[in-house]
Amino acid sequence: MTTTTPEEQADDLVEGFELFDTWDDRYRFLIDLGRKLPPLTETEKSEVNRVHGCQSNVWIATRPQPETPEPVINFVGDSDSSLVKGLIAVLWRVCSGQPAEKIVSYDVEGLLDRLGLSQHLTMGRRNGLDEMVKRVKALAAKAESRNQ
Amino acid sequence: MTQTIIPVLPFNVNRVREDFPILAQKVHGKPLVYLDNAATTQKPQAVLDALAEYYTEHNANVHRAVHLLSERATRLHEEARTTVQRFLNAREAREVIWTRGTTEGINLVAQTYGRKNVGAGDEVIISAMEHHSNIVPWQMLCEEKGAILRVIAMNDDGELLLDEYEKLLGPRTKFVSVVHLSNALGTLNPVKRIIERAHEYGVPVLLDGAQAAYHVPLDVQELDCDFYAFSGHKLYGPTGIGVLYGKAELLDAMPPYQGGGDMIRSVTFEKTTYNVLPFKFEAGTPHIAGAIGLAAAINYITALGMDSIADHERDLLAYGTRALESVPGLRLVGTAREKASVLSFVLKDIHPYDLGVILDQQGVAIRTGHHCAQPVMDRFGIAATARASMACYNTREEIDVLVRGIHHAQKLLG
Repeated sequence: MTTTTPEEQADDLVEGFELFDTWDDRYRFLIDLGRKLPPLTETEKSEVNRVHGCQSNVWIATRPQPETPEPVINFVGDSDSSLVKGLIAVLWRVCSGQPAEKIVSYDVEGLLDRLGLSQHLTMGRRNGLDEMVKRVKALAAKAESRNQ
Repeated sequence: MTQTIIPVLPFNVNRVREDFPILAQKVHGKPLVYLDNAATTQKPQAVLDALAEYYTEHNANVHRAVHLLSERATRLHEEARTTVQRFLNAREAREVIWTRGTTEGINLVAQTYGRKNVGAGDEVIISAMEHHSNIVPWQMLCEEKGAILRVIAMNDDGELLLDEYEKLLGPRTKFVSVVHLSNALGTLNPVKRIIERAHEYGVPVLLDGAQAAYHVPLDVQELDCDFYAFSGHKLYGPTGIGVLYGKAELLDAMPPYQGGGDMIRSVTFEKTTYNVLPFKFEAGTPHIAGAIGLAAAINYITALGMDSIADHERDLLAYGTRALESVPGLRLVGTAREKASVLSFVLKDIHPYDLGVILDQQGVAIRTGHHCAQPVMDRFGIAATARASMACYNTREEIDVLVRGIHHAQKLLG
């Protein structure tokens, strides 16, 4: 989706967030990010791709990437919670389409911390977010090991 | 033992609030509105003081040594047991077993009474509105023994179908374990009738009192329940302490739960004999400070008056029900005629998690999710609810803040 690095993407998001004075506006921005996520197909929204949280559910599906010199991670995601979906959109912007080796070591918690959203990862067992991060990282690790 | 006479003052919620230091704080710059009491309640200064005093002045291990501190700690620990006995109106203090909480109390009964008395083909009855902690211990027992778990169904208001219950009772029934007050729906169950019918078949009944114990005046002799389990932390007391009440004749006949110190009379490598009640079920050093803190909590709410607290909470429930019903797109889950203190609801097109996050920004603490009662959610065809639950220190104004917060969330998320 992009040629910029995860760090550049993250900086853009943090800048965007800092434009807003109130949490209401930040959450509105986050929800809008979620609404702009590419939708999952019916087959992608399967039980296998579902991450159970005890509050909200997350779906995460990987999409094949055309041959690239280095393995690249491409994924889409969805959630029944608008805010969690917004957080998925944050991860998608920063990580999807990026080389696997960058994703494996990417500090997701640090990013959410900068955005003031790390509480959602702390609550991750409940909203499925931390499991999703683990799946994306596992995927990246697998793609990378295949390449070696 | 002479009964301590505690004067009951007229209930004044603003004065009550002053007893709970945590309530004075702001969260996200807004005054804290704490409506997650069904998860745990806040602690009054009297409990905080009791804990600090115990560790500052009396700390020692109980039932062990001859020195003065141990004697004091032992006396306070056993006085706390007597306080619980009076609170429950149990016949004897040895019918009060210290546990870590409701969950441990239920597991204790399932693993001792249950393992001894439930066999292949026997049946255990629970209800459709149980917390996971009153489902899983019985499921584990039934799996081990080849017994069958039966479930009392409920109607769309969240009321148990007593006709169905009576059909479930029979010669194979060996135990009944039901919740007194539902954490997910707020239903106050007709437990006296449930117990009477079970006793006609000679079947003992355990009540899960985790939610009821701090809302409903209790009298285990009047209820004639065989076991009653509750947690200290929901009753304005510390976490990690709970109580299992059991009729002495049943407890006496039960095998011990865990092995260790204090639960034995004598130990040789060939044979161990067990201690008498209540110590038989209290292996290891107990949560001494917790027991003392729980007694302080019980003294505190007894001084407020359980009836006064129940009246105040009834008013909040009625006020809150009317206020929430006026919110467009809101549906209450759990509309039983007999209810207490819990308002569980869903909003059209808004996920409970999102509502919880937006309310938190307004300073309002509620619980969202399945409330450890997934079968209840399945029964109502929903994945989760938002739940506001009230305690003695909540006010009508706080319910107004909740309702304004919901309107705000609807604007933001709609």
